[in-house]
Amino acid sequence: MRKELKISAIRNGTVIDHITSGMALKVLHILGLDEDPPTSTVSVIMHVPSRLHSFKDIVKIEDRELKKREPNRIALLSPHATINIIRDGEVAEKHHVRPPREVVDLASCENPNCITNSREPVSTRFKVIRKEPMVLKCVYCGREQDVCIERLE
Amino acid sequence: MDFQGRDVVSINDFTLEEINYILDVAEGMVPAAKGEEVLDLIPGKILAMMFYEPSTRTMLSFETAMKRIGGKVIGFSDVRATSTAKGETLADTIKMVEAYADVIVLRHDREGAARMAAEFSDIPVLNAGDGAGQHPTQTLLDLYTMRSELGYLRKKSIALVGDLKYGRTVHSLTYALAKFGANLHFIAPEALQLPPEVVSHLEKRNASFEVHEDLSDVMGEVDVLYVTRIQKERFPDIEEYNKVAGAFRIDTESLTGAKKSMIIMHPLPRVDEISPDVDGTNHARYFQQAFNGVPVRMALLSLVLGADLGVLR
Ligand SMILES: Nc1ncnc2c1ncn2[C@@H]1O[C@H](COP(=O)(O)OP(=O)(O)O)[C@@H](O)[C@H]1O
Ligand SMILES: [Mg+2]
Ligand SMILES: [Zn+2]
Repeated sequence: MRKELKISAIRNGTVIDHITSGMALKVLHILGLDEDPPTSTVSVIMHVPSRLHSFKDIVKIEDRELKKREPNRIALLSPHATINIIRDGEVAEKHHVRPPREVVDLASCENPNCITNSREPVSTRFKVIRKEPMVLKCVYCGREQDVCIERLE
Repeated sequence: MDFQGRDVVSINDFTLEEINYILDVAEGMVPAAKGEEVLDLIPGKILAMMFYEPSTRTMLSFETAMKRIGGKVIGFSDVRATSTAKGETLADTIKMVEAYADVIVLRHDREGAARMAAEFSDIPVLNAGDGAGQHPTQTLLDLYTMRSELGYLRKKSIALVGDLKYGRTVHSLTYALAKFGANLHFIAPEALQLPPEVVSHLEKRNASFEVHEDLSDVMGEVDVLYVTRIQKERFPDIEEYNKVAGAFRIDTESLTGAKKSMIIMHPLPRVDEISPDVDGTNHARYFQQAFNGVPVRMALLSLVLGADLGVLR
């Protein structure tokens, strides 16, 4: 039996694996899973030795499959994560998140004087100029910035 | 090279060849810019000036430029008198103005405003400054001035002096000069030196540059002294400002040892950065530089409006 399963096997839900070590709680935050009242039972396993990257985090969410845009947001924090949909105790689907080349309408710009932070009807748009750790450049004001969970929408 | 219908938001939207071409066209505009020739390159075309922030120099030189090539000008420079005061968005105003004009010149207090306006507009948008962001026509007229004074820019020594940290236009000028292969010198107090991301961009592009804290280090070798304004607001107290401003003030004495052909530039308006006694020396070029805004803007307006430039040659 796989030793990870000993910690928390689930019947239905989602396992996010290969999360960049240390990012698990941020992933929970952008999925809204740290909110009160709780909606799903969540197991967080941090700093698991991994073959690919020396350590990784894993998040297991019971009875919840991810919504459409959520994987894109996870990619901003953890470009190598895999998303496993578990049905009847088995991995039914597996998706690799992909670090995007552009980030559209997912994060706000850190420059308070950027046109995207005004009342104008315009979505935010960033070019990904570095993948890990991710650095974004605002297409409008040109400001280069880190991904910051407070600014994820 | 096709410029017709294009927006001019950032100097980085242009290749080196395109910049040189714009400057060539600007050279051909000089007689008309001085009023010695009359051009009618774009009969019936209308420029809409949308100035959400005051800027006398930029506004007047765009207006002159449009009229010198035979066009007409409408617009506003007082936001209180427009529907923006009633809460209209820039996006909506752009959609309205594009129905009245053939080209828009926009000055706005927010960074990225011109990029957004260009997305909403079907007619070309020329960025005349967006907050602390880009000001491509200033960069072009700076390059034009240097190129026309020095002939070419490759391997020429160009010193940028003053506030190199906050001025985005200085950063754009820096990148453009790097493209031209100039040797750059950055002279500023430590607190106002180039930000690290600009330095790393220059390194990536293999630009040739040196950093100094003292003007006299390079006075003997530079071909251009480009002086920028040091803003009081950047300093915690007035004493600190006075100390720094004093150390970077250019007067005839600080020019000792300079090459005879060295030119001094400044985007204007100046406050105390250059002493008036420098105006009379043969180094001063800042008033010429201000005039050069006219032929450069004539060139840009003609190009984006698709004028037939055959008559210039
Ligand atoms: N029923 C389950 N309950 C909880 N976790 C599971 C379950 N099935 C698989 N997992 C976990 O989901 C991830 C992906 O599973 P799997 O595809 O078998 O492994 P791998 O991606 O390493 O080849 C692993 O972390 C695994 O431990
Ligand atoms: Mg595994
Ligand atoms: Zn921005």
